[in-house]
Amino acid sequence: MPWTAASRSMLKAPVNRIIPFSNVDGPGNRTAVFFQGCPFNCLYCHNPETIHLCQSCGACVKTCPAGALTLGGDGAVHWDSAACVQCDTCIRTCPHDASPKVRWMTVEELMTELRRSMPYIRGISTSGGECTLQNEFLIELFTEVRKLGKTCLIDSNGSFDFEKDPRVLRVSEGVMLDVKAVEKRWSDQLISHPRDTVLKNLDYLLKVGKLYEVRTVILPDRDRENEETVRYVAAHIGDGCFYKIIRYRPFGVRERWQKLLGEFETDRDYAERYAQLARDLGAKKAYVV
Amino acid sequence: MSEALKIIQDPTLTYKQELLALARLGESTDDTLRYSDAYYEAKRKGALCDLNEGVMPYRPRYICPDYELLFQKGCKFLALDPPRDLLEAVNVLEIFYCHVPSITSFPVYLGDLDKLLEPFVIKEDRAYAKKVLGLFLRNIDRVQTDSFVHADIGPEDSVTGRLLLELTEEMQLAVPNITLKYDPERTSEDFALACVRCMLKTAKPSFANHRMFVREWGERYAIASCYNGLNIAGGGYTLPRMRLYECALDAKSPEDFLQRELPRHIDLQLEYMDKRVKFIVEQSSFFKTNFLVTEGFVKQENFTGMFGVVGLAECCNYLLGIEDKKKGFGMNKEATALGVRIMDAIDARVRAHEAPYCEAYGHRYRLHAQVGIDTDGMDDAPGTRIPIGAEPTMLEQLEVNEIFHPYFPTGTGDIFKFEETWAKTPEAVLPIIQASLERGLRYFSGYLENNDVVRVTGYLVKKSEIEKLRAKKQSLNNVTVFGMGAQDGGHALDRRIQKHA
Repeated sequence: MPWTAASRSMLKAPVNRIIPFSNVDGPGNRTAVFFQGCPFNCLYCHNPETIHLCQSCGACVKTCPAGALTLGGDGAVHWDSAACVQCDTCIRTCPHDASPKVRWMTVEELMTELRRSMPYIRGISTSGGECTLQNEFLIELFTEVRKLGKTCLIDSNGSFDFEKDPRVLRVSEGVMLDVKAVEKRWSDQLISHPRDTVLKNLDYLLKVGKLYEVRTVILPDRDRENEETVRYVAAHIGDGCFYKIIRYRPFGVRERWQKLLGEFETDRDYAERYAQLARDLGAKKAYVV
Repeated sequence: MSEALKIIQDPTLTYKQELLALARLGESTDDTLRYSDAYYEAKRKGALCDLNEGVMPYRPRYICPDYELLFQKGCKFLALDPPRDLLEAVNVLEIFYCHVPSITSFPVYLGDLDKLLEPFVIKEDRAYAKKVLGLFLRNIDRVQTDSFVHADIGPEDSVTGRLLLELTEEMQLAVPNITLKYDPERTSEDFALACVRCMLKTAKPSFANHRMFVREWGERYAIASCYNGLNIAGGGYTLPRMRLYECALDAKSPEDFLQRELPRHIDLQLEYMDKRVKFIVEQSSFFKTNFLVTEGFVKQENFTGMFGVVGLAECCNYLLGIEDKKKGFGMNKEATALGVRIMDAIDARVRAHEAPYCEAYGHRYRLHAQVGIDTDGMDDAPGTRIPIGAEPTMLEQLEVNEIFHPYFPTGTGDIFKFEETWAKTPEAVLPIIQASLERGLRYFSGYLENNDVVRVTGYLVKKSEIEKLRAKKQSLNNVTVFGMGAQDGGHALDRRIQKHA
């Protein structure tokens, strides 16, 4: 049906960034695609400029030293990537945790860029922001990528209910799931969003064999919170998937939250204790990064 | 103060370094070899450079002896019998190396060590073999004190290859440089991964495109010095280089450059090479009396001249009026396309030239992307590389390399500096190398940002040794001083780091 093809090519998603080669977003060398927009607002978010879409307030247009940003007749901020010097002044200026350097791309446009890195990579990983906000787009994208014999992994905060709509899992090798907090009060404070779907996804993805890895950020000196989360995850996943224990790093974290959470990165030995705890509880594939 | 006095009073020179500097000074007192006025003018302007090869060549620049022959027949001149066990084998090599001349006076090719030594290694207990090979490597590092000393391994996996990798990682030595001859059909995934691991931690081995070299040279080729492809039982007579940025300075436009200045400079460099090659073969005693020749370890007809270029990036940017190098050659299609036209023109003109005494190559010289020297500063990037400080993503950098590497049978390469996390994921590095070699890359080097042993432009130095020179102390390795110059003038250690995000 011709209208289906037409509607396909019209589907667009906001792409914040494409990293051609990444060694930390799943197995092997992968291209990582970061989409704009996230339903969470985590205190330790290290790329907060990916949380919201541009509000077209124009504040960044005034501060851009390269003249790469303009407020168009359509009322939207336009970004000239050729003129941009990547100084990130716009990102520091933005009062909305957004970025003007977002490209609304069709699947075909994105594929054109991805094809360049295909010979060098094992697959792609989609991240964000939160890539599952672009569920329909991901389904089409993954279908195309798989035609080239490459794998597709989803990096997700777990807000999307995969059980309710498992279509994207059918074209994906699996999910790298963030489980940031388990205890309800702490979770509400940390991620500003209900965590019930996250925990539901943990069990569901494990059950259907689509959980590639779980990640938890270990904060400095938060013994109780860290331990609760690690215990919960470890007990649930066993040796069913990797468990990546991530040390908190203040780099990129908004200043006011750095003051609350810590201005130094989590000590490696401290993080190793939690990896050991996880392994003791049966999560054999737990390790610190 | 006289030049000689300066040398003998320099506190940073070892005795042997003084001796070599004095020999160079002595050589410069002769003027038998003369060139045209136009050549001297181009040299004075910095458009042509002789790499300080010396005015009176008394040996070919690079010599790649046939070590298999040495092991079969022994050496009469050095009174060495063919070795019967591992200890004899390394002893024979250690002695022989001391008698292989080169431009640096150190042997630039140590042999395909795994192939040479494997028959002896497998007869020994592994721990004993490792002990012997460890002492062998220590001997090379302390006696052949120059980072252009180069050993090859591969393409196949072997006990010796594995032991050399283990020792390289444990010993963290700058000498020798090492290359893996990589062939996807002959090099196992596991051995290649072991090489990646070792490369990240020690800046070696580099990966050479074995199939590409075999197509050009046949199976019996060597990777010598920095990354130079040459024939075993042969070598390279001479390596001068066109500094393309300076060659372009008098051109009025890209077309004017292609039609006038480029061919003019190519011809001047060919004149220099022809005269030098003839002198080495006809006048100097090397090809008449040296035991390497008389006993057949090298054959004159297996030598060629290496036609070097540097600064293609700056040349293209200059001709197109591009001032911001981050928006120039490598990132800019027009500049890169001009680079291709220039290389096509150089390739065609050098191929059209009948070269003396290059019998094995249809009487032709072969192109070389010269790796730069410490005094180049920021005007000429090595060969056809994208200048340091302007590197795009690794993907884009590889794509540009894949276009230009096939032009250079006598060598080119690029270097990638990785962030620490990549050391834990060699399985993510290998497919990048594999894919790029498949797509035309000739030679890949990598190292981790925090290593002590680092790759400067093609050779290895220890950062801690550079610090010694800065403190006016001596460094045993002749090349450390080049590393310091390249770091200061060319920011050679500041190349873009491959991060994980």
